[in-house]
Amino acid sequence: MRIAKYFNPLTWFTCLCYFFLYIPLCVLTVFSFNDSRFSVVWKGFTWDWYVKLVKDPQIIDCLYNSIVIALAAMVLSTIIGTLTAYGLYRYRFRGKMIFDGILFLPIVTPEIVVGISLLIFYTSILQMQLGLYTVIIAHTAFDIPFVMLIVRARLQGMDRALEEAAMDLGADELTTFFKVTIPQLMPGIIAAALLAFTLSFDDFVITFFVAGIGSTTLPLKIYSMVKLGVSPKINALSALIILFSMILITVADRLQRRAA
Amino acid sequence: MEKPSLRTRILKFFHRHNNAKVFGILSPCIFWIGIFFLLPLVIMAIYSFLERGLYGGVNWVFTWEHYPRFISPIYLKILLRTFRLSFMATIALLLIGYPMAYKIARAPKRWRSILLFLVILPFWTSDLIRTYAWMLILRDTGLINNVLQFLHIIKEPIPLLYNEGAILLGLIYVYLPFMVLPLYASIEKLDPSLLEAAEDLGATPLWRFLKVTVPLTKSGILAGSLLVFIPSVGVYVVSDLLGGAKAMMIGNLVKLQFGMARNWPFGSAASFVLMTVVLFAVFAYLKFAGGKEALEEVR
Repeated sequence: MRIAKYFNPLTWFTCLCYFFLYIPLCVLTVFSFNDSRFSVVWKGFTWDWYVKLVKDPQIIDCLYNSIVIALAAMVLSTIIGTLTAYGLYRYRFRGKMIFDGILFLPIVTPEIVVGISLLIFYTSILQMQLGLYTVIIAHTAFDIPFVMLIVRARLQGMDRALEEAAMDLGADELTTFFKVTIPQLMPGIIAAALLAFTLSFDDFVITFFVAGIGSTTLPLKIYSMVKLGVSPKINALSALIILFSMILITVADRLQRRAA
Repeated sequence: MEKPSLRTRILKFFHRHNNAKVFGILSPCIFWIGIFFLLPLVIMAIYSFLERGLYGGVNWVFTWEHYPRFISPIYLKILLRTFRLSFMATIALLLIGYPMAYKIARAPKRWRSILLFLVILPFWTSDLIRTYAWMLILRDTGLINNVLQFLHIIKEPIPLLYNEGAILLGLIYVYLPFMVLPLYASIEKLDPSLLEAAEDLGATPLWRFLKVTVPLTKSGILAGSLLVFIPSVGVYVVSDLLGGAKAMMIGNLVKLQFGMARNWPFGSAASFVLMTVVLFAVFAYLKFAGGKEALEEVR
């Protein structure tokens, strides 16, 4: 009986799927420590590529841009998305279904469509210089629906009685919102903010179209490096970004599960 | 008597005018999504009916000429390739994702959350980097070719990169989590006692699967297929890095028109075609899966 349990083909198949999901990332990480410029044949362990990365002023510039953009988009989208989630949860109004549907659109619209439509809008209609601002605006727009969904899920699991108790005890709506609703939502809001940051930090396609000369982000840098040829430096940078994203996602996941 | 503060007066105003309050709360979102998402889409649609400008951009003269171009053999080939690959990826992912989601949903409780988390992790990580990782494995001096040469199975590297097969593999890899998550959600809700009932009534495992499990998890199957098909049709990174210039998809065609080809109206038209396909898929999904609950399932 026990042996049969271990030879269940479904279990094996699922294990294979997990290997499939993670092996490429492991390969990437392993070869970021490979002491060879051109080959993926293992030539010995080295930290060199990481050291070269930190010493490259261009990479540091891109890192700075990426962080500024992701932080700004995170703050803006978290505020707007939370307000929207609250409004949609709390009130009924005409056209709510349509509003819901429209908020669903940015999630399903192909990134390339979003990217070029914004490029046309910025350069031809608004005559704006492409730069950090244009990227921040674009990222905020695609972050908002995600924040809204995560905060809304949290709101649906919230105990309404606490809000009502606060109102009964004489708190006005604004006080209730800031002193009761927001603190209760906080784990969800922070999780949403972290995921918004990750989405923005990792975005390539939309950024590719709306970034200007001085606003190259890390994913754009990686892409142009890849186009020039595979190098262990890209592996090192990619491994670091993956690690960083995974930490943020893990924290967000923990927060979402806690008392949800 | 003390005059009421500004704050109290504002609150009173909003209390009397509920609609104004709702609008106030939602207005930042309406503004942002309206101006920086919907309006650009409308402008893009208008651009697709304008004449091409000399140095990129457009002349404000109306024309239909960009749309019939899609029927010409070069572009038709790209459209067909896009649909073929997206369709194949969706089918392959259903076949891979269903057993996987089933296993996760039926795993012991303490295992379930960690297994699920291991699917969520790649869902949120950069697809650019995840695609690049496959270049390391597939290219001529990549892992597979190196290992095969080392084992003396092949003498010359076999070209694994820059073909449709590589794109298909990339799509399957990048979108596997998109398929598994909705499938898991619907399989997890499936009541095991229904399966036991079917078994007691004499159904064979296959018949039970086809007549009970599949119909009851239909919403997950449809949601997963939608979440895989839509981004596959609009993909750029995967086909660009793994397919190269020989195997373009619609996304790459759009990019080309805004890059080297400098034909913004034609690029807008291609992009608009893409958008239409996406909207059509969403509506078809809503019709088959049944309205609002279906939308919830996708989320």
